[in-house]
Amino acid sequence: MRRAFFILVPWATIVVLWYAIHYSGLVNPALVPTPHSVALRFWELAGQRLPRDIWMSTQRVFLGVTLGILLAVPVAFVLGWYREVRGFIDPLLNFFRALPPIALIPLVIVYFGIGETAKVVILFYASFFSGVIVMYEGIAQISPIYVRVARTLGARDFEIFLKVIVPLTVPHMLTALRVALGVAWATLVASELIAAQQGLGSLIQNAASFFQLDIIYVGIICIGFIALAMDLGLRAVARQLVAWQERIA
Amino acid sequence: MSAPAGNKDRIAFDRVSVEFQTAAGPLRVVDDVSYQIGDGEFVAVIGPSGCGKTTMMNIVAGFVEPSSGAVLLDGRPVAGPGPDRGVIFQEYGVFPWLTVKQNIAFGLKLRANRVPQGEREEICARYMRLMGLADFADAWPKTLSGGMRQRLAIARAYSVRPEFLLMDEPFGALDAQTRSAMQDLLLEVLQAEGKTVMLITHSVEEAVYLSNRIIVMTARPTRIREIIEVPFGYPREESLHEKPEFGELRSHVRELVMKEYAVQARQRTRMSD
Ligand SMILES: Nc1ncnc2c1ncn2[C@@H]1O[C@H](COP(=O)(O)OP(=O)(O)O)[C@@H](O)[C@H]1O
Ligand SMILES: [Mg+2]
Repeated sequence: MRRAFFILVPWATIVVLWYAIHYSGLVNPALVPTPHSVALRFWELAGQRLPRDIWMSTQRVFLGVTLGILLAVPVAFVLGWYREVRGFIDPLLNFFRALPPIALIPLVIVYFGIGETAKVVILFYASFFSGVIVMYEGIAQISPIYVRVARTLGARDFEIFLKVIVPLTVPHMLTALRVALGVAWATLVASELIAAQQGLGSLIQNAASFFQLDIIYVGIICIGFIALAMDLGLRAVARQLVAWQERIA
Repeated sequence: MSAPAGNKDRIAFDRVSVEFQTAAGPLRVVDDVSYQIGDGEFVAVIGPSGCGKTTMMNIVAGFVEPSSGAVLLDGRPVAGPGPDRGVIFQEYGVFPWLTVKQNIAFGLKLRANRVPQGEREEICARYMRLMGLADFADAWPKTLSGGMRQRLAIARAYSVRPEFLLMDEPFGALDAQTRSAMQDLLLEVLQAEGKTVMLITHSVEEAVYLSNRIIVMTARPTRIREIIEVPFGYPREESLHEKPEFGELRSHVRELVMKEYAVQARQRTRMSD
């Protein structure tokens, strides 16, 4: 009860502020639709294109992040484990990570067209580079004491990998997944803004051409809540998987 | 434990020297050290901190190779770590992602010493009982006190039936009460199943109370300063601490160790000149 109250307070505050801005006279009310008109628009769209938009966007993010992390895991293992390799690869990884995926969109369109592939490629790129760095830095920090203990108990290399390195990597994998999801959502909307018939980005883009501010708000709020839901879901999974950690994510 | 000292060499340091390559050039840590540990002996190695004790233990454990000379186990040079030598590290190294019971079972699930599940359960139960961990079988290590983590590390090392027990300042981080209780527990367990033990410590009291031979090492590069036979039989009890012979031996060892600390301190000031 108390908990629910404390969770609701910040949200309620935002809504109140939002109303205050609308009615304050400081800005042209036409430029800031009221929360209830946005809510109404949400209901209306929920019966039309919105479910499809949400589905398409979520699916793209899911695909891109899954593929990106699937590749990031083995690469991160190699980099985390072999110090010598890291010296060469590290600058390369940081170079590619520093490029905003959005800047690559024009190139991706040239090479992959404007279909689904192009979007998944961009999200894959974004997830891979953000995820791999988080993960291999985590793996590189694994204390060698555990490997030593395992060796004195008789563990061979493959047993050390499976029974020591992998479990110690799970928390870093989850962190990488969260980071990748965040980056992927940010990138997704940009890629949909440019070229897409469906998805929350295209919903926003279409609304912008007709100056339908309330729809833009609906799109933005949906993105926020979906990303929040995914993050909460991941954290719930993390609490189960890494219950052994001193600090729970 | 009951076997007479020195009847058969299990661990033999044969003119062992170790030199590490550091940024400031080669650093000689162990200098031409030879000694033997017989079957069932409990040898304590004592010396100023930083002199090279952990390095010597790491050679026996198979993590460091001597620059010259060799450490022989039953006559054969050490070749890497293995389950015949149980190691208790200074920092315990309890696996945080496994429960107490899973930690103890870890070694028993490895190829090198796999046993059927029934036997595994038995071994786990036995050491949890011995080490007073039975009520914590499913607890995460993060919930355990320092003393309990230490007991878990010992139980885990014992589970794979090592012949040697190598311990690097195992009780250094514990409070005085826990430390004393752990020493008695260790003696008890050793009484039940004898091992050949090499204990590294910086506590003179502990060395005299637990071992049947004390090897006092010099400051770095470390050499043997003196080897001292401890004349007390096993089992030993707390009351041993009060005996005059105990006190005399302790004073003698302490004097040696303090001298080496003084040498070390002089080296340090000379280096900073
Ligand atoms: N791998 C290594 N490389 C370089 N120097 C080392 C290494 N291991 C230990 N040393 C140095 O060797 C000396 C002895 O270390 P150690 O055996 O840990 O001492 P102790 O256990 O007696 O305190 C220390 O000065 C330490 O800094
Ligand atoms: Mg040490």
